[in-house]
Amino acid sequence: MPGTFTPSAYLPILIFLVVATAFGIGALLIGELFRLKRPYPEKLMPYESGNEPVGEPRIRFSVRFYIIAMLFVVFDVEAVFLYPWAVVFDRVGFFAFIEMIIFIIILLVGYVYAWKKEAFVWD
Amino acid sequence: MQPVMPDLGPVFPETVLTVLALVLLLADLVIKRKETIGLLSIISVTAVAYLLAGSLGTTFGGMFISDGYSIFFKLIFILNVILTVLISVKYIQIEKIDYGEYYSLILFATLGMMLMASAGDLIILYLGLELMALSTYVLAGFMRRDVKSNEAAMKYFLLGAFASAFLLYGTSLIYGLTGTTDLKAISSYIAGHGLAGNPVLMLSLIMFAVAFSFKIAAAPFHMWAPDVYEGAPTSITAFMSVGPKAAGFAVLGRVFLTAFGSVRTEWVLILIPVAILTMGVGNIVALSQTNIKRMLAYSSIAHAGYALLGIISGTADGLSSVMLYMFAYAFMNMGAFAVIIMLRSEGFRGDNINDYEGLAKTHPVPAVLMTIFMFSLTGIPTTVGFMGKFYVFMSAVEAGYMWVVIIAVIFSAISAYFYLRIIMYMWMREPKEAVELTTSPAIGLALLITATAVIGFGILPSSILTFARLAITGF
Amino acid sequence: MISQLFFGYFAAVIIILSLLVVTRKNPVHSVMWMLLMFFHIAGMYLFLNAEFIAAIQVIVYAGAILVLFLFVVLLLNLREELQTNRFIGSWPAGLVIAASLLLSMIAALRSFVPGPSGPYTIALIEKETHTRVLGQVLYTEYLFPFEIASLILLVAIIGAIVLAKKKVRS
Repeated sequence: MPGTFTPSAYLPILIFLVVATAFGIGALLIGELFRLKRPYPEKLMPYESGNEPVGEPRIRFSVRFYIIAMLFVVFDVEAVFLYPWAVVFDRVGFFAFIEMIIFIIILLVGYVYAWKKEAFVWD
Repeated sequence: MQPVMPDLGPVFPETVLTVLALVLLLADLVIKRKETIGLLSIISVTAVAYLLAGSLGTTFGGMFISDGYSIFFKLIFILNVILTVLISVKYIQIEKIDYGEYYSLILFATLGMMLMASAGDLIILYLGLELMALSTYVLAGFMRRDVKSNEAAMKYFLLGAFASAFLLYGTSLIYGLTGTTDLKAISSYIAGHGLAGNPVLMLSLIMFAVAFSFKIAAAPFHMWAPDVYEGAPTSITAFMSVGPKAAGFAVLGRVFLTAFGSVRTEWVLILIPVAILTMGVGNIVALSQTNIKRMLAYSSIAHAGYALLGIISGTADGLSSVMLYMFAYAFMNMGAFAVIIMLRSEGFRGDNINDYEGLAKTHPVPAVLMTIFMFSLTGIPTTVGFMGKFYVFMSAVEAGYMWVVIIAVIFSAISAYFYLRIIMYMWMREPKEAVELTTSPAIGLALLITATAVIGFGILPSSILTFARLAITGF
Repeated sequence: MISQLFFGYFAAVIIILSLLVVTRKNPVHSVMWMLLMFFHIAGMYLFLNAEFIAAIQVIVYAGAILVLFLFVVLLLNLREELQTNRFIGSWPAGLVIAASLLLSMIAALRSFVPGPSGPYTIALIEKETHTRVLGQVLYTEYLFPFEIASLILLVAIIGAIVLAKKKVRS
């Protein structure tokens, strides 16, 4: 039920978050309040006294990034499953070992498949 | 607590299928001729079918149930794979999508369906559904260069994810209410704690009904079906129209009759309007279609409506009639798609209804076969389609839903118009242009199997009906 | 009291952030709001005594899945994206349906009776640590779903490569 448990051990993290946020906002705010503002066109260019920018700053990424990100997600999730497994290994023992081997073999097949399909090659 | 080794007997067929699917995935890396992989996948599922008989039992603490009910559905899924592969082999070469992953994904989707049919726990149900759905999304978008195929995959994925969210929401409500995800435990908790009229239970029932309606393409959650059926590769359309639909009915039957068996009066109130709307939308919109894949999509929606009547009647007879219906639908729909695939050749799409004009004069054998399948989809006697409809309607009449059956019969009569139109085009019109057929031994075999079954089980349905009735004893 | 206050904060902020995610015109902004939302969901998990899930929320969602989202967004043509409307013409109909669903949910949830609570009390989880308890349940009782999860991940690999990889034709 919500509202019956307080994770008091995480209080330092909360304080850290508050301080970090306050520092970030505060620094910007103080800068905004006290700095001189004298803009002129050259100063507002992305590269002052550099080359004139050509074209769009945003380019369309190659679809290859998608494969990389997808493989990253999949193997990240696999790694996540290893944490609780490692923690309870002393209790569940050999049984959990077999389970995890099966789990890894199935994903290993995917790994071999991805490798052979040259998913890791940036052609 | 030392864990005990679970009994792996009941999941043995699924384990074998997993291993074989993984082997096929790796075999694709070395085998150059992709037909070989198709053949291997047929051999794999046949081996699994052989193992099914010895797999009866419950394991993993009731999470996985292998009973007659699930075995019957698994046989439909396996049949679906065999027929799909047979009609695919030549077709995917024409579409230039003959990659080995095609067959592996079909096997993974089938594995998901088998898990759904056997799910005794909502978590297994969800995971099986996702395994099936993810594989099918990819298969729907398999023609990467084709805009319509991309659209189909995208639409199916987005709406499928939406339906999954409903399923999860329903599951979480039920878990909060009963503290369990086990179907039998949910049922006894509802009965034991007098939850029958609880609005939260109703809400979760609605969520489940929405999620399953999406999977079986029942109105008003059918919107995806026409676009996805049209855009996906035709062989995958055939696969999707049989497999996921049967799997959807398998879980619908099990969840609604096992977990929510004690609140049947409540969910009948949800399912009757859904069934009537589904039959109405499917049959009426099908009338105006010009693309045969779209027409069959609406036909598939309508058939979901008929089959829902068996679930609504809620009796053992009703359930076995749904099983029979799915079995019949697998044959007649696969047969119809096999003929559609034959019309697809290099440089000719052949999915317009006009393309069938005068087919009987140029190619009499496919025309005769298509006529049989259209008769069966209409539900004309001596075909298996009639038997399917007959038993579903009978069960609903016996359960006291005479008026729903009358509506169903009226819609069924309307449906004759668009099915018979194809027959009329084939036999009574002159051919406009010479239609080239793409034939192969595999597709011939598929047509032989489906046509024989449609006529054979249409005349002698008792064997399969006995099997279905036997299968649900002890459900 | 204090934890209820936090729960209210997280719940409210998650709803606001979700609305921001779906209404922003620039998809990159949507993704950034989503990042903030993921962190708030992680915070919510902490207050539900599920610290492992909270960590996963940060590692997998805020870490991996958000990167995936960002890459997909960068595949889009942003200039076109900025000119199209966020919602289709029939959005009021959607709003009506969603609102009625919300109202019926609120009405229904008044009569919610919580089911029996399991053996995992707050004290037990505090003593054992959440990760250990989770692992114990996952690798004994729920080992079958765990193995199915690996197949789903495998299909994700196959799907990504089939749909996005330029074909290697030897």
